[in-house]
Amino acid sequence: MVKLILKRLLVSVFILLAVSVVVFAATLLLPGDPARAILGQQATEERLAALRTEMHLDRSPVERYLLWLGGLFVGNFGTSTTTGGPVAGLLSERIGASLILMLCAAAIAVPVGVAIGIYSALHRGTRRDQAVTWSTLTLAALPEFVIGIVLVTLFATSVFRVLPAVTMSPPGQQVWEIPSQLILPTLTLALVVIPYIIRMMRATMAEVMDSGFVEMARLKGVPERQVILRHAFPHAIGPVAQVIAIQLAWLAGGVVVVEYLFRYPGLGQALIDAVAFRDVQVVQAVSIIIAAVYVLVNLVADVVGILANPKLRSAS
Amino acid sequence: MSGVTAERGWRPQRDAALSMRGLRVAARGGAEILHGVDLTLTRGEILGLVGESGSGKTTAGLACLGHFRSGLAHTAGSVRLEPRPASSEADDGGEGLELMGLPTDRLRRLRGSCVAYIPQDPALSLNPVLRVGEQIREVLDTHGYGESTGDRDARVEEVLADVGLPSTAEYRRKWPHQLSGGQQQRIGIAMAFAMFPDVLILDEPTTGLDVSTQSHVLDTIRSMTRQHDVASLYITHDLAVVAELADRIAVMLRGELVEEGTVQQVLQAPEHPYTRRLLDAVPDLAGRKVLTATGQLPAARPSGSDADGGKATGGATAPSETGPREPEPGREAPLLEVKHLRKSYGRTPVLQDVGFSLRTGESTMVLGESGSGKTTLSRCVAGLIEDYEGSIALNGKELAASTRKRSNDERQEIQYIFQSPFSSLNPRRSIGQSLSVPLEMSGKLPARERRGVVEDALDSVRLGRSFHDRRPGDLSGGERQRAAIARALVNAPSVLICDEITSALDVSVQASIIDLLNRLRSERGLALLFVTHNITLARHVADRIVVLNQGVIVDSGPVDDVLENPTHDYTRELLSNVPTL
Amino acid sequence: MSTPDLDPEVVATPEPGAVETPPKESATRSRPLPARVWAQTQGKVGVVLTAAVVLVALAGPLLAPWLTGYSPTEFADRPFQSTGVFGTDNLGRSVGARFLAGGLLLLAYSVLATALGLVVGCTIGMIGGYAGGRTDSVIMRLNDIVLAFPQLVLALLAIVVLGPHGWVLVTVIGLTHAPRIARVARAATLGVVSEDYIRAAEMYAVPRTRILAREVLPNITGPLSVEAGLRLTYSIGAIASLSFLGLGMQPPAADWGLMINENRIALSVQPWGVILPVLAIAVLTIGTNLLADAVARATESTTVEAS
Repeated sequence: MVKLILKRLLVSVFILLAVSVVVFAATLLLPGDPARAILGQQATEERLAALRTEMHLDRSPVERYLLWLGGLFVGNFGTSTTTGGPVAGLLSERIGASLILMLCAAAIAVPVGVAIGIYSALHRGTRRDQAVTWSTLTLAALPEFVIGIVLVTLFATSVFRVLPAVTMSPPGQQVWEIPSQLILPTLTLALVVIPYIIRMMRATMAEVMDSGFVEMARLKGVPERQVILRHAFPHAIGPVAQVIAIQLAWLAGGVVVVEYLFRYPGLGQALIDAVAFRDVQVVQAVSIIIAAVYVLVNLVADVVGILANPKLRSAS
Repeated sequence: MSGVTAERGWRPQRDAALSMRGLRVAARGGAEILHGVDLTLTRGEILGLVGESGSGKTTAGLACLGHFRSGLAHTAGSVRLEPRPASSEADDGGEGLELMGLPTDRLRRLRGSCVAYIPQDPALSLNPVLRVGEQIREVLDTHGYGESTGDRDARVEEVLADVGLPSTAEYRRKWPHQLSGGQQQRIGIAMAFAMFPDVLILDEPTTGLDVSTQSHVLDTIRSMTRQHDVASLYITHDLAVVAELADRIAVMLRGELVEEGTVQQVLQAPEHPYTRRLLDAVPDLAGRKVLTATGQLPAARPSGSDADGGKATGGATAPSETGPREPEPGREAPLLEVKHLRKSYGRTPVLQDVGFSLRTGESTMVLGESGSGKTTLSRCVAGLIEDYEGSIALNGKELAASTRKRSNDERQEIQYIFQSPFSSLNPRRSIGQSLSVPLEMSGKLPARERRGVVEDALDSVRLGRSFHDRRPGDLSGGERQRAAIARALVNAPSVLICDEITSALDVSVQASIIDLLNRLRSERGLALLFVTHNITLARHVADRIVVLNQGVIVDSGPVDDVLENPTHDYTRELLSNVPTL
Repeated sequence: MSTPDLDPEVVATPEPGAVETPPKESATRSRPLPARVWAQTQGKVGVVLTAAVVLVALAGPLLAPWLTGYSPTEFADRPFQSTGVFGTDNLGRSVGARFLAGGLLLLAYSVLATALGLVVGCTIGMIGGYAGGRTDSVIMRLNDIVLAFPQLVLALLAIVVLGPHGWVLVTVIGLTHAPRIARVARAATLGVVSEDYIRAAEMYAVPRTRILAREVLPNITGPLSVEAGLRLTYSIGAIASLSFLGLGMQPPAADWGLMINENRIALSVQPWGVILPVLAIAVLTIGTNLLADAVARATESTTVEAS
């Protein structure tokens, strides 16, 4: 088992390295001179040369990659072309804000999704199950900004004017100090993720409930409640952990649109701004961070999957 | 309860434990699955319920537990449980309990305690995430056995010992996947007997097990049933198993019970034509009868003629029962010769120094249980396995390992037929398209002449030409297997490798396929490599037999020699474990 | 198809002496896929919703000037007025005209991106599943690398380097779908390659490309068509999202995603500029998703890919 997990860990490290190569290669493709972009058209040759040396632009691509990668480990994400300041400083506060948003969304989405999914699977074919199926199909189809705008229209601008439509973040104040402005972004993210969790939970449970050992448990006279909790549910843990992981990892990307929509001062907002200004260093940093979250969450899901399966667990 | 006395009247035996009267079950769509079935299970007796696939025997068995699979519903008839006088569930004065329409909660309390079920496939029926000991204890916990957890633990140990498994704490903590198929099935039996049930429903519990394992499991079932005075219903498609195990036999055909009686009555003097047909189709080790699916004689020649098929090309003029089984050994070079064949997957050897030869028109049975390496062997010959050691020669010329590296002619000479007819034909292509692939690849015929050849092949396997444009999905298992045989015939091969080609089929269909193979041999002088786990087929299809055990040939020679004077312990054990009618 | 839950033992046709029975009528005569899709409520609703929006998107650009009196880029009045049926947008152009003209590019790009993803994903997935061994693991590792980026992040990375051009959108969205489609194609292929008819084709030395095309592909169309529907839904969502972020279609083009971005500051004053395109996108994606679900039910595939 430990071997399996270690192997999985190695794969994750490998993927992250590969991701960093892809992200770094993007810089090389970019036309123009980053040093000139930072200093502007009037900069003198000496200052440009100095900055190029400082940014290692005079080295070979491989050296630059290694230097950049080394920097990542010590928290040096490079220099922003727009502000001229270090990227790390620019992002440090925003990471916290984004994490809060993701955690809130996950805290709502996972229990709600799992509960509705099980409920739906146990009442297969009934009208309530069909209602669940139709709503998940509808919700799952909608892009996150559509859900967000509908929520804004409903709760902020047109129907009820009870919640703020955008996030206010005066300097020096953290977003979570005004909890009401977290509600709509969190709700949007949760609504995007929940249908997938419901569908997977329902499908897995439905499949397990049809299995031979569940029939056997019933024919042994085991009470239905125990059939579900003891015989069926443990089988759903593995697959559902996978889906939850994919969805949580998706949050890392989905947060971009939602933050933009609500002007929420997180990583996603920073990413959009950086793309608009073609600030490659920031885009690189944010991409790497998001990819790292993605890979990490998937790793955790796989480990849960391994632990939930006695066949894999006992394979040592 | 009213009418109790009246109902007493129709109770056939004093010690009946369960009686089913006029049971009708229908699919939700409307089609009726059971058309009024009557069954009586008697204490201390095993009733064998025999039927081929689609006969509704499992549906009838599950009805004894008041259970219907999704999509099925009870429409009429009754299933009554007649509890033992001392039974704790006899809460209506010991006068019997109607299962149909019983509230689910009361049904639940009966299941596993009064009526127990042993499923077909233990691998699917044991919960993979629960330890086996826990799964047995769960039955006891659910039905409140004994006074304390100590009592229940003791009972788990006891019942494990009863079914011949170790009752150590360590064994109880094993996961299902750590046990073999036979052990898993014994856990299933232990679970069923844990609560001392009155009635036991066994749904093909030995299908998929090797003969020797099957024989052990059957012994366990027999002794447990006698010992605990249980009324059992043993559902199976295998008449030979029932003949060995059961006291009475009931035969089902398409949702109806066509015959019931003691084992002797049914086997020796069957009344219903279907029972007779079924009995005729069962292969027997002695090989004295002619297998037939239809009641008509397959070939012009009398029994024993199968083995003479090779003579058609061997040049012999007088086919007779007493003729030599070997077509002049020594003179003719072997058609196919396998020497020193070795193959392993990773570090596990699958075949170790296997060698045998096959002459023109000869039929050799390769006999082996699961894991013996018989499929690997046949696939090596067919060129489906690319890396083996040793040599396979056709007409004295060594063959390349991979079929892609063999010449067109070599490929055509050896044809392989797969085990499952449900998997060997592409469901998205018509039979004609699938059958013309070999012709297309050999490239000898222009496209427009292929259809004729394919239709001829369909004729020779007794499928109508209309099958040319049909899809596999429309065909029954037997029809598909015929189509697969036809595909092997279009290029006029000299060797046919049949890899367990009848094991997925009902006995009657098996008989018709065996019949077909024998006809083809005599018509075309085909040499046959008949790979199987079923030794009872030996005299029906083969001249020679090769017994494979864990990748090693332990016995080989003419069929009669091997069956009558086996040289190896393994062969002897196999022969002694084979259930016979 | 009416009794999907039946015990297989019961459904299997009993076989009396095989030979003598006259050729029976096809037991599984299946209606064509479109008919089976239409037979379901999801299918009907999906078709109607999708068709309605597609109709608007295709015919809209031609009808816009004729119906509203303005071309999509013509200035009709001051910004956010109630001129005409649906008023004006942030620059004073007719919302109605821009709405009618704003679906065509979105639709075309989404279809192209999905097609690209299907072709690439299906090819690598089938090759990986069929070849197995090292080829398979290399392909799947490469897949994992692309999958480690959320789709939108990879798209943004491409846009920052290459600029927000149409071909960049189509290529990057298509290529980010590819590994997800490849997973499905591979899984389906794995289910098929263990079948004996593939081994039979191998045995007859049928060329490998022909095995993929004739034996494998027809047998995985079920999961693939489901996936196509799902991916189309996500393509529409992704391209509309990029436009909404201001990084997809560029002004002055008329586009639903872009319209929402341009007009949402006046959501409470002149909501039409946001509501119309939001409705159109919602109806379209719901329609295609329902269609995908109906196809899944029709092909009796239980795989619901969830990313």
